[in-house]
Amino acid sequence: MNRFDYVRADTVADAIKALGGDPNARFIAGGTNLVDLMKYNVEKPGRLVDITRLPLKSIEEHAGGLRIGALVSNADLAYDERIQARYPLLASAILAGASAQLRNAASTGGNLNQRTRCYYFYDEGTPCNKREPGSGCPAIGGVNRIHAILGASESCIATNPSDMCVALAALEATVQVSGPEGDRAIAFADYHRLPGDDPSKDNTIKPGEIVVSVDLPPTDYGQHHTYLKLRDRLSYAFALVSVAAALELDGQTVKTARLALGGVAHKPWRNLEAEALLQGKSATRESFKAAADLVLREAKPQSENGFKIELARRAIVRGLEQAAAGTPQSQSDKRIQ
Amino acid sequence: MATQISTSAGRDRFVGGALSRVDGPAKVTGLAKYAGEFSAENLAHGYVVSSTVAKGRITAIDVSAAEAVPGVLKVITHQNRPSVAGEAKAYQDMVAPPGLPFRPLYDETIVFSGQPVALVVAEEFETARHAASLVTVTYEEDTPQTDIAAIADEAYDPPKKRSGIKPPPKPWGDAGAAFDGAPIKLRQQYRIAHEHHNPMEPQASTVIVEDDGTYTVYDKIQGVANTQLYLTNAFGLKPEQVRCLSPYMGGGFGGALRPQYQLFLAMLAAQDLNRSVRVVLTRDQMWSFTYRPGAIQTVSLGTDGSGKLQAIRHDAVHGTSTYEDYQENIVNWSGILYACDNVELTYRLAKLDTPTPGDMRAPGAVTGIFALETAMDELACATGIDPIQLRLINYTETDPVEEKPFGSKALKSCFEQGAERFGWSKRSPEPRSMRDGRELVGWGMATGIWESLMMQSSARATLTADGRLEVGNSTADIGTGTYTILTQIAADALGLPMDHVTTKLGDTNLAQAPVAGGSWTAASSGTAVMKACRKVAEQAFKLARGMDGSPLANVDFERVVFANGRIEVAGDASRSVALTDVLKAAGKDKIEATESASPDKDFKKKYEAYTHSAVFAEVKIDEDLGIVRVTRVVSAIAAGKILNTKTARSQIMGAVVMGIGSALHEESVLDHRLGRFMNRNLGEYHVPAHADVHDIDVIFVEEEDKANPLGVKGVGEIGIVGTAAAIGNAIHHATGKRIRELPITVDKILAA
Repeated sequence: MNRFDYVRADTVADAIKALGGDPNARFIAGGTNLVDLMKYNVEKPGRLVDITRLPLKSIEEHAGGLRIGALVSNADLAYDERIQARYPLLASAILAGASAQLRNAASTGGNLNQRTRCYYFYDEGTPCNKREPGSGCPAIGGVNRIHAILGASESCIATNPSDMCVALAALEATVQVSGPEGDRAIAFADYHRLPGDDPSKDNTIKPGEIVVSVDLPPTDYGQHHTYLKLRDRLSYAFALVSVAAALELDGQTVKTARLALGGVAHKPWRNLEAEALLQGKSATRESFKAAADLVLREAKPQSENGFKIELARRAIVRGLEQAAAGTPQSQSDKRIQ
Repeated sequence: MATQISTSAGRDRFVGGALSRVDGPAKVTGLAKYAGEFSAENLAHGYVVSSTVAKGRITAIDVSAAEAVPGVLKVITHQNRPSVAGEAKAYQDMVAPPGLPFRPLYDETIVFSGQPVALVVAEEFETARHAASLVTVTYEEDTPQTDIAAIADEAYDPPKKRSGIKPPPKPWGDAGAAFDGAPIKLRQQYRIAHEHHNPMEPQASTVIVEDDGTYTVYDKIQGVANTQLYLTNAFGLKPEQVRCLSPYMGGGFGGALRPQYQLFLAMLAAQDLNRSVRVVLTRDQMWSFTYRPGAIQTVSLGTDGSGKLQAIRHDAVHGTSTYEDYQENIVNWSGILYACDNVELTYRLAKLDTPTPGDMRAPGAVTGIFALETAMDELACATGIDPIQLRLINYTETDPVEEKPFGSKALKSCFEQGAERFGWSKRSPEPRSMRDGRELVGWGMATGIWESLMMQSSARATLTADGRLEVGNSTADIGTGTYTILTQIAADALGLPMDHVTTKLGDTNLAQAPVAGGSWTAASSGTAVMKACRKVAEQAFKLARGMDGSPLANVDFERVVFANGRIEVAGDASRSVALTDVLKAAGKDKIEATESASPDKDFKKKYEAYTHSAVFAEVKIDEDLGIVRVTRVVSAIAAGKILNTKTARSQIMGAVVMGIGSALHEESVLDHRLGRFMNRNLGEYHVPAHADVHDIDVIFVEEEDKANPLGVKGVGEIGIVGTAAAIGNAIHHATGKRIRELPITVDKILAA
């Protein structure tokens, strides 16, 4: 970990100014990921701008939905009554991740920007195109059991580790950012990006910009949702595969479907074709299998992670079954429903 | 006979009870200090720079940027280090395997990834850490070999055997022919992954330079005598120049048996700078020394329809480093656990470009018993015989290798009581025949075995005029409860309340004791403490009897008891003397005795000594998704006398959790192209989380053993042995899928 300067900002404008277009400066909120990355010398910021005092800690009504301040902690968000009543999918996804202590510290904006858990990315003793562009990707042909099966490139096969973001993708949230050039809104699907030939960029936020809120549009899926997370132990592990599913049903017929996958790609993975396929179909295992097949049609295994394709297929079917039955996966009882 | 040293001097009041740890309050309030927490005036901080390559040589080290950082005192490398012992043999510690130990910062040669290549010493830890990131090292790389499967064919029988580890016995009968002729044959390969100990407390050393030029060294070590020996040899110091302490430990598991390089580097820097230095390894660096070596094993079992074993063959290969031949007992268990006329066991090593592996909780037994007990379950399936019945059919009351009876072996009671508690009789034998909703239910069992050992050990006991007793020796409490059981033994021996007894451990100024390992500490230090207390009791009694008008006059030592701080005539409490009065009358401020205890040679001649267990596991597995939950474990243990049922139960529960980890989670993953462990943190190296641990039921079966006067056999390791096999067998029972490679992860279940 390097030596760094530390400044504290009190307003969004101050924070943007304090960053001052310095590519080597970083915002810090909960620090649950950034500090780890600094300990591993993956991030070596010359200056940290502490944003924990910014007035971005409230959850407010907004356009029929809710606006979540970027500094609302993961724990406060998951246990907020309005979130639990109106967006239980989001609450569930958050509680599927990390530990109570981490959720207390981690912020909404920080969760959006957390970085991959790829072993090589974390290890400065190895090449990594994400950490050091152009150095290569040893995960390809190396230790890649946890890596991407969708949307990967020749440069990078890392996955996005967030659970919360999988739910936000399914909910079609909007990310509000502010920067030197003003404010702008980014549709959630456009917030994270695929690695392509520049895996150093995880998302489409521009230098100097800061996440100020995440807006949730109104939804109407009731209890027909689930967040199903499959991992190598029953708690406190990143997803091998996770599924966020939400269904609007008319009797046994699917009116609309939302389906997002975690742990399989460089971003929360949605396949609009598969969601469209479910529309108007009856909520049966056969329909769900067809949707799963469609999602995974383009899946490509690495040397060690082929099992994730079949695991994802089964997880999608189970997730949609749970959503259709209105029996969302409990995050405290580890028995899979 | 050692058995003559009975507890006649006191009554069993605390021994055998369920007492809370005496060190508990200190630990939970933060008063207990660990090696990396001791401080000194002017303490400097070292931070290790680790090699990024596994094999090759350093061609250049640029330390200029690091040295330019204000607050950096020195960057020590192989190029500028002070003179140290040149002979690799000088670095051999008490438990070093055959070979030439690694010498930190000795020269430019790189023999494993993560090898220390520089120590940055600074005024502050943060400065040292920052400066360490500025050191640039250039290597000439060779291609490493870290894949045991790739070189299993080149494996060899280690020419020099490791002290204390029996090589496989000579074959008896003709296992090959018997196997070929057996109507029912089973031959399978079993693998376990590399595992790292991952205690909560990282490896740490604080070397304090005293005003008189001597050193006080706080080291994370399972036996300070080993630290002292290592430092005196490597640095040419005399024992009286180096006092070593290790009062508390945040988990040892064998990982802290050998002095590690942070100790060497801290002393090197302390000598070089003539000031106190602390070096603590990072979690990442905990993958740069010792690990349980992954192994490839083949077990062949032959039987007829009766289930009686006609042939056992067990072959094992595991990796060691290029510079030492680490050895553990993997295959010998297959010759001891069952009666069989034709047995052949082989054990070989292969050289890998990794650090030397080392002992990790029940080393060898965890590995070998997983293979043997999985194979036995496969044989039970093949013969249609109940798994417990199959084990009873092949039960042996004598050690087939040594042809001697066991000093005690209550394994049958373990089967009976474990099965009863678990409800084994309700098991439907057919795989996939039990279900709970979407989950398949599996019930499996396995046997565990571990050596019951005692090592020569001494202890000192001091009774002071205020009626308080201090006992202790240099062994370590690695978190197992040694402080507590020694306090219990001492309190009983002199009839004192627990809070009148203080136990001191982990200090070379105390009476000599071996490292804490092998589950031998209770027997070794316990007996020594008991003998020292007995000596003190005898002296106190002599003084008491000589007091003017002593109520104990004309009474023999055998007729008195020590209770309530007094020496009483047995059965006549009216005739007694307070211990405080005894010392007062004699004008003494203390009575002190140091005694040594050794294994009973007569007993060892006649008997073999092992602990045993029967482990029962229930798993529930989502049929579609392959996600496993271990919902119940019953572990029935035969380990002689249990000194403290609370701390012993904690030992077994912790070991069962570790067994669950071994079965389902733990794996240090190597990138063989880089020769580097890749999941070097607790986020990616999985140990069981709370959610992975459900009901664990521990049974201590009655077992009387006479190997030592306490009747104790040790409980530190037996709880892990067999647990992984029981879980794997339960997974087979649930799913019909036999996974022969640990850890049993979802990919393996889906693929099977």
